[in-house]
Amino acid sequence: MRIKINGKEQVIEKGLSVAELLIVNKVEMPDMVSVQLNGEFVRRGKFSQTVLKENDEIDFLYFMGGGK
Amino acid sequence: MAMNDAQLERFSRHIILKEVGIEGQEKIIQGKILIIGAGGLGAPAALYLAAAGVGIIGLVDGDKVDLTNLQRQVIHFTPDVGKPKVTSAKEKIELINPDIKVITYQERVFADNILEIIGGYDFIIDGTDNFPAKFLINDVCVMTQKPFSHGGILRFDGQTMTYVPGRACYRCIFKEPPPKNAVPSCSQAGVLGAVAGMLGTIQAAEALKFIIGKGELLLNRLLIFNAFKMEFRTVRTQRNSQCPVCGSKPTITSLEDYEQPACDLHLKEDINENKG
Repeated sequence: MRIKINGKEQVIEKGLSVAELLIVNKVEMPDMVSVQLNGEFVRRGKFSQTVLKENDEIDFLYFMGGGK
Repeated sequence: MAMNDAQLERFSRHIILKEVGIEGQEKIIQGKILIIGAGGLGAPAALYLAAAGVGIIGLVDGDKVDLTNLQRQVIHFTPDVGKPKVTSAKEKIELINPDIKVITYQERVFADNILEIIGGYDFIIDGTDNFPAKFLINDVCVMTQKPFSHGGILRFDGQTMTYVPGRACYRCIFKEPPPKNAVPSCSQAGVLGAVAGMLGTIQAAEALKFIIGKGELLLNRLLIFNAFKMEFRTVRTQRNSQCPVCGSKPTITSLEDYEQPACDLHLKEDINENKG
């Protein structure tokens, strides 16, 4: 099925959870990313229970600590 | 307050913009902006705010200019190596526009000094390089209802958002600092100098729009770009009711110092010690 990850369409297996999608996308440490699904934040504790649906839009927002 | 002929000429390219005009330029001249971190983000922000004629610019930084800074911190020049960054930046701002009052704070921000430092300013620019400072700035700005621009850079990436009271804060998106050393710093992972310039300049533009009260700020939006692919996108965000600082039941009600990312700090201390 098709979903949008960070604005780009990607085909993924049906039934994947947010936690599984993070692994598929090689986000090694879920602590490093904030996840927004269809405009709503997904709590870290809900990553494995939240299952993706066709046409979902998901954003992985990464920490960026630099500035100097 | 009326501008003199030299000011009218100096700021003519602003004044000619119908969105700025004389009224907007006068607001800029009366504006008070604090830049926390006179480095990669703070340097371009300070240069543009100085050129724009912002009346009072505050600079907070406890570091001295180091040779590794010059690849991106464009307000510091080779002869400035070893000089406090706030002094080096103040000198350049005054060369651009001697009318600007520059207030320097040669220190880091902590829970016990930040409130006093930010007090008199209209808008804050976060140009710091570590999460403890970024979260501290967010929290103090939420608690005191102070608008600010968040900025973060790494490698070829940058992200920024603007906060005003009532809109999404940094913690609405990133609840708490990442585990120590989970996210590399610029000194560990590198950063393209021009990326700092791009992001710091966006922050300066946000500050100026806020001061003149025109245009659309990056509110409830996180602007993310990657300069390697040169792709920009804005992610819509929203105020998070479970946000620990601005949500309906805040759990953070006083300022707190998080532990600094140790490896980065030690590196800096070593450099400063070596310089004497």
